[in-house]
Amino acid sequence: MNIPAELKYTKDHEWVRVEGDVATIGITDFAQSELGDIVYVEIETVGDTVEKEAVFGTVEAVKTVSDLFMPLTGEVLELNSKLEGEPELVNSDPYGDGWMVKVKIADASQVADLLDAAAYGSLIGA
Amino acid sequence: MSTVDTALQLTALTEVHKALGAKMVPFAGYLMPVQYEGINIEHETVRNAIGVFDVSHMGEFILKGEGALDLIQRVTSNDASKLTPGKAQYSCLPNNDGGIVDDLLVYKIDENSWMLVVNASNIEKDWNWIMKHNTANVEMHNISDKTSLLAVQGPKAIDALQKLTDVTLADIPYYSFTKGTFAGCANVVISNTGYTGAGGFELYFENQYAQKIWDDVMAAGKEFGVKPAGLGCRDTLRLEMAFCLYGNDIDDTTSPLEAGLGWITKFTKEFTNSAALKAQKEAGVTKKLVGFEMVDKGIPRHGYELVDAAGNVIGVVTSGTQSPSLQKAIGMGYVQTAFATEGSEIFVSIRDKKIKASVVKTPFYKK
Repeated sequence: MNIPAELKYTKDHEWVRVEGDVATIGITDFAQSELGDIVYVEIETVGDTVEKEAVFGTVEAVKTVSDLFMPLTGEVLELNSKLEGEPELVNSDPYGDGWMVKVKIADASQVADLLDAAAYGSLIGA
Repeated sequence: MSTVDTALQLTALTEVHKALGAKMVPFAGYLMPVQYEGINIEHETVRNAIGVFDVSHMGEFILKGEGALDLIQRVTSNDASKLTPGKAQYSCLPNNDGGIVDDLLVYKIDENSWMLVVNASNIEKDWNWIMKHNTANVEMHNISDKTSLLAVQGPKAIDALQKLTDVTLADIPYYSFTKGTFAGCANVVISNTGYTGAGGFELYFENQYAQKIWDDVMAAGKEFGVKPAGLGCRDTLRLEMAFCLYGNDIDDTTSPLEAGLGWITKFTKEFTNSAALKAQKEAGVTKKLVGFEMVDKGIPRHGYELVDAAGNVIGVVTSGTQSPSLQKAIGMGYVQTAFATEGSEIFVSIRDKKIKASVVKTPFYKK
């Protein structure tokens, strides 16, 4: 299971890449493999400020639907428009082209609450 | 490990699935492979080549003796008297309350010997139900635990399987079967049936042959691109054909007539609740199971409400998915009869939004 060391994680299986005051967010390799073939990513919160742990979108796999939870309070700046036509990028490249949203971090102190790769790895038994 | 997990039943091939890296899930009391590589790739493999499903969780009952036909006629809705040895039919077990105990296949093995194939989740319920109606003491055997079932499905299945038997598979029409030696194993029921709309055969045999038959089918299918296929794509395949899934589209409360199963509900004979069902047919049903395609973006799921343009609830989704073959979202659901005609505009309530859909003719997928 791929868990890049430079990223932060949540117990809900999102990953976060912090660059300055912007966080790029997606779902982990473990999450995409549990969901199976992803067929639709619905995110309608661009421009909204979403609270930490609130739902910012939904990911639909062939068999299941799962909510996406915001790791850090912030304004959703943009979504990955490639996912509209190629939602399978979340399966094939969850930490790269399968990213979901970029968020302007409202409270930098929340970054410290995120899990590091080792803690996330032990959470999923990797 | 929860107590639910420890109580799960296994098939003769459980270890084979695990070794192949399958994702194993509890299903109807069994630990079953839901996918190996992925639902979409397995789905596509079944449509274009061959997929092999272990569906040994299904239940099989043998009924024997002169009274067997009479018992089958009384508990099932289709007309089993039309069957000749080597023929099978789709049927259902109506209950007394207007609903369905289970749907099943009825195989006529010989003049006084029958096999009923039922859903795994309903084995005990069906057995008790049929037993309760077995007033003439027809000999009944539940062979579910010692019987394995592989569904070898796809356009190339016949070419692969033919290499493993002297039985001429092309001589077995749809919904017909023969018993023969297959992969060196005796008494294999080779049935031209399936639940995918992709063609192919279902093989019933004793558990002791499971490993041998699995291995030989995989080897024979190799040149055609065979893959193991899980229950995940079995569901998307059957849904593209609009085949009902018990527990989703039909259950103890849905009438076979509402479910579009009038074609297996034969009023030329008497059976459980036939008088009430006949009256329902004459009066007309108030809701119908229909197929629909999403017009706007969204994926319907079991249990979502169906509404009209004004937001009034007109029905409920019973099955839904993103169709791998059609690359669009499809579903089935019950709607008030007024909305059941092809082209009717309906809406699926998805996360508090009304998403437009259109009632379409089924099957969704046509070759």
